[in-house]
Amino acid sequence: MTTSQARTLSAPLRVSFDYTRSVGPTLGAFFAGLRERRLVAGRLADGSVVLPPPEFDPATHEPVTDFVEVGPAGTVQSWTWVPEPVAEQPFDRPFAWALVLLDGATAPFLHALDIPYDDLRVGMRVRARWVNEPVGAITDIACFEKLRDQEDPPRDAAGDPPTHGRLITPVNLDYTYAASPEESAFFRGLEQGRILGQRCPACGKVYVPPRGACPVDGVPTTDEVELPGTGTVTTFCIVNVPFLGQKITPPYVSAYVLLDGADIAFLHLILGIEASEVRMGMRVEAVWRPRDEWGTTVENISHFAPTDEPDADFESYKVHL
Amino acid sequence: MVGFAQRQMLEFDGSPTMVELLVPLFAELYEQTGFTRKDIGFWCSGSSDYLAGRSFSFVSAVDAIGALPPVNESHVEMDAAWALYEAWVKIQTGEIDTALVYGFGKSSAGVLRRTLALQLDPYTMTPLWPDSVSLAGLQARLGIEAELWDETAMASVAQRSLTDAETNPHAVRRGGSSVEELLARPMYADPLRKHDCAPVTDGASAIVLAADDRARDAAERPAWITGLAHNVDPLQLGARDLTASKSATRAAESAVIDDVEVAELHAPFSHQELILRHALGLASDVRINPSGGALTSNPMFTAGLNRIGEAADRIRNGEVTRALGHATSGPLLQQNLVCVMDGATK
Repeated sequence: MTTSQARTLSAPLRVSFDYTRSVGPTLGAFFAGLRERRLVAGRLADGSVVLPPPEFDPATHEPVTDFVEVGPAGTVQSWTWVPEPVAEQPFDRPFAWALVLLDGATAPFLHALDIPYDDLRVGMRVRARWVNEPVGAITDIACFEKLRDQEDPPRDAAGDPPTHGRLITPVNLDYTYAASPEESAFFRGLEQGRILGQRCPACGKVYVPPRGACPVDGVPTTDEVELPGTGTVTTFCIVNVPFLGQKITPPYVSAYVLLDGADIAFLHLILGIEASEVRMGMRVEAVWRPRDEWGTTVENISHFAPTDEPDADFESYKVHL
Repeated sequence: MVGFAQRQMLEFDGSPTMVELLVPLFAELYEQTGFTRKDIGFWCSGSSDYLAGRSFSFVSAVDAIGALPPVNESHVEMDAAWALYEAWVKIQTGEIDTALVYGFGKSSAGVLRRTLALQLDPYTMTPLWPDSVSLAGLQARLGIEAELWDETAMASVAQRSLTDAETNPHAVRRGGSSVEELLARPMYADPLRKHDCAPVTDGASAIVLAADDRARDAAERPAWITGLAHNVDPLQLGARDLTASKSATRAAESAVIDDVEVAELHAPFSHQELILRHALGLASDVRINPSGGALTSNPMFTAGLNRIGEAADRIRNGEVTRALGHATSGPLLQQNLVCVMDGATK
């Protein structure tokens, strides 16, 4: 995390996930066509020819089943310039998008143009440029490019459309993630070896990590409270299942630790004891990493380990379960 | 409509749950209405986790309410104007007689125009990452080519909005010059200049609804909702006329917008105001966006709710009798909501 002039701490955050989707008969025909470098549009009830084919007719709501090949050349109906491209667009340098009316279609199709800014004109003739190895995805079309005079656009022989069932779309999103002012105070405290919570001025409950508002009263939690590193295991889970990114070899214990003086338990690891020996009510204390490894992170506390104290009475923590 | 409070800024220095903005907003509404949180029968919010990358941010935001004993609560992943619609329907059923509607969004945490590609068709469009500004540029040129509007008409919208925003303390962009000066500025997403595009804005806002006597108790002059309707166009951009807005026309027909004196239109791009004015059939003497509109402040998930709040405030302060608030959601005006309010006592 970076500490700047801002009142909050922030850090870069990347969220990535692959969407795996099955395509039905309509989009399946479109993507199967792309794999053969063909543009398969749908004919709607009103006679319009739309690319990509909508799965259902917007007017009649019937499935679209009448397919017609269009293009591969077409006419630019509209264009715009992208002076500052964003990640994963068709080009990583300034480029144009266009709405292209493909020959045989009645509605425009969106894609990128590989044409310099000064040459862009509504009405210009363009054709699809394909990638070398189409896989059945919208990105099989690299872009559209100028169609030369007298040129017959190349096309592959039409065959029966092969079936096409699955599409994987990776999504990567980059953020600057900020902690709330209360969370920022908590992380800055950890950097100094302190555990800071906050007390609700209305109900007196102590929250750690602190929250922006007391979830019971809806008022800001204003009073800072320093908490000790000792507490009680309220409930726990023995992790036996390996997963991506796991840092400790299973079995190990993830537990809710109610720090002494807090009203909400804190999730952390329990180490230094056999997993089978961990129990509700067990008294534990924070084990800190060496001071020179501390940062604005909860990982400054390596884990919690058992103390020599007798177990806490169930009555003392039952309202915190 | 008995209470409205809003906050906007270019960059919010705080967490994506925006609890620290919502708490003072709710306090302001309790002050305006005399209600406490226990008087609110239903809570409904609009937000999206994609905006700032925090999972279940709308659940964390409930902290701002103080939800013990448990509250009756719901959420939409749309502009909070649609949360207002849900609350209004619930009031119509008679189940509740008060509701607090809120929305929040920290657009500055990511690259907003890229994030918005996630609302496009996930098979045939999102993999190309068409950004929201580029799509608006394509739409604007379609209208210019069809001679439905021109760059001067677009600049006139921006000029009026920037001038009106000078008296709106919540606007994040303000200051008119002249149509000529705006047209002399460089192109950005040709044919759009930067002033044709709404600024990326962070913010939160909230509105209190109440029925009958609860409303009369809470406000001296409530803005009574006389018509509220929303409609949607097909997702496929090729399956609709991008220079028109059938869904806005249908929503206006359902809500009955006759005789409005003021219309607050949620148009994140200058040419989209021209599309909406035509689609709604607004008379030439209707005052458009006296707040400065979305071109001067466009907090995601509340800019639509703010249009309703701004229109209602003109009724509540006695300036007009009948006003319209409009909200849009989705790519290129795909979804449109129209709320008509009247100051005359029911």
